[in-house]
Amino acid sequence: MTAPTNQQLIDFVVAEAALLDELRFDEWLALFTDDGHYWMPLTHGQTDPRLQASLLYEDKLLLQVRIERLHGVRTFSQQPTSRCHHLLQQPVVSARDDTAGIYTCRTAFHYTEARRDAQTLYAGWATHSLVRQDDGQDNGLRMRLKRVDLVNCDAAFGSIQLFM
Amino acid sequence: MSKYHNNPQAVMDLVRETEVHKDCYVDEEIFALEMAHLFANTWVYVGHASQVPKPGDYFTTTVGDQPVVMVRHTDGGIKLLHNRCAHKGVQVAPEGCGNTGKFFRCPYHAWTYRTDGKLLSIPLKKGYDNTGFETCEASQGMAGVGAVQVYRDFVFCRLNPEGVGFEEFFGASLSTLDNMVDRSPEGRLEVAGGVMRYMHRCNWKMLVDNQTDTCHPMVAHESSAGTAVKVWQQAPEGTPKPMAVELFAPFMNPYEFFENMGIRVWDNGHGHTGVSDSIHAAYSPAPGYWESMVASHGEERARQILGDVRHNTVYFPNIMVKGPIQTLRIFKPLAADKTLVESWTFRLVGAPDLLLERTLMYNRLVNAPTSVVGHDDLEMYERAQQGLHSRGAQWVNVGRLYDPAERGQTNAVTNGTNEWQMRSQMRAWVRFMTASMAAGEPT
Repeated sequence: MTAPTNQQLIDFVVAEAALLDELRFDEWLALFTDDGHYWMPLTHGQTDPRLQASLLYEDKLLLQVRIERLHGVRTFSQQPTSRCHHLLQQPVVSARDDTAGIYTCRTAFHYTEARRDAQTLYAGWATHSLVRQDDGQDNGLRMRLKRVDLVNCDAAFGSIQLFM
Repeated sequence: MSKYHNNPQAVMDLVRETEVHKDCYVDEEIFALEMAHLFANTWVYVGHASQVPKPGDYFTTTVGDQPVVMVRHTDGGIKLLHNRCAHKGVQVAPEGCGNTGKFFRCPYHAWTYRTDGKLLSIPLKKGYDNTGFETCEASQGMAGVGAVQVYRDFVFCRLNPEGVGFEEFFGASLSTLDNMVDRSPEGRLEVAGGVMRYMHRCNWKMLVDNQTDTCHPMVAHESSAGTAVKVWQQAPEGTPKPMAVELFAPFMNPYEFFENMGIRVWDNGHGHTGVSDSIHAAYSPAPGYWESMVASHGEERARQILGDVRHNTVYFPNIMVKGPIQTLRIFKPLAADKTLVESWTFRLVGAPDLLLERTLMYNRLVNAPTSVVGHDDLEMYERAQQGLHSRGAQWVNVGRLYDPAERGQTNAVTNGTNEWQMRSQMRAWVRFMTASMAAGEPT
């Protein structure tokens, strides 16, 4: 299997955000490795997700709960539903190890979440830790970790219901 | 137009035996009176001594609408000052925490204060000679708050210099704080993990009310906890139960569970759910923890401490404590329809890290602005905040299992779905709202 080009890594990050904007959450979840995590630190430069509070630190099981909940008939906080919009800066491939098949991309973004008359803008950086899995799909790239650092990660937010 | 100012009778009329008037939740004048009276007459939680371990360490926060700074004085005691320069009113200590050394220095004109608030120096002091400065308020320095009490490292204050005493106000309810501290093998807690903050577009009392509302979890949280249980059921047999599922699943317990776990109602609006059982009762043990508790307390005492699995303890007016998972939530009133919820977590000093890890996971899953349980609740509060503007009805009902004989009883244990605790909170609300209110012509 050939190593992905930088452009292919960048295309992965862009496509991942597009799935979220299109609310195709099941397909989005499939982009994670089985041991994958989605992490939103609570503090700037945070290194520990376990003994320091985070906004989110979820494995695939918890992400699946979140996704199934969004479609539930008794999920009142999604009646009406939320929508979201990612505006990405060109992702930068910040590290690549072709031997191990491990890659890191960093992407500045603006994220908007909207529900009813309320629309909230968030700004931050997404760090994708990608691995190449030899399963013959989409270059075999999967997310082992998607880390979302908000510029105001320690602010008091209202509800954030979808994924950045 | 003023309906409630200087009119204690009008305030009393807002709380009936089993009903609370909507103005308690939506009226701006009532909110202003809460800041002036309720939050001044009661003992309000400020912070924890572990946040200011060394002389000069400070932590800024608010008590009601009052900016204050908690500081470790040079004599080792904890002082609580109004965070306001005596000169032009600038907040002397910046937001957050830090160390100010031996004195505070206002960043505007360099007036300095000792850490007990006493005015230390003013540049060009001669300019105040023969100006009557000594008789001005400013010469008194940064004002201290009315009264401060540190109870097992929990710092409370009463803004009014006169009023109900600390022991009288809390009475037997302090046993929840005792239990939380006793869960440390060293008998000590430390604020740890960072504070989770979540902005709510609703009245602060909706959150207080919710803490002992045991008829909502299986309804409002079916979407989150119920889904977690469903997803978990699809896991292959033999998969070890994840910590998150252990935390979520008890939310879906049936009504009978909550009825049977009981509620204890103390005086002055304090009370707790989970007398004989609770949703925190059946967590997996942390390896090594039991042994260290036995080593510190002896087996019988350790069993007694860990067997007390209280669910939510409301300390009126605006905090809730979970002893078994070392969490303290503050419902900070910002406006009639705006509340900042802070969820603080503690490390049991000498206990395994796993306990802090679990506490932090619970906080993420339940109390974060990104938490599904939090989304469930906030949606209900916000709909209530909107709904209460309806002129179709005037009253909120808190009559479940009401018994006229309950008045005057304290330290009573009752059915876990009784709304007695909610009624008790509002009776305390009336008492402390009107305690310092002068009856006179409405202005």
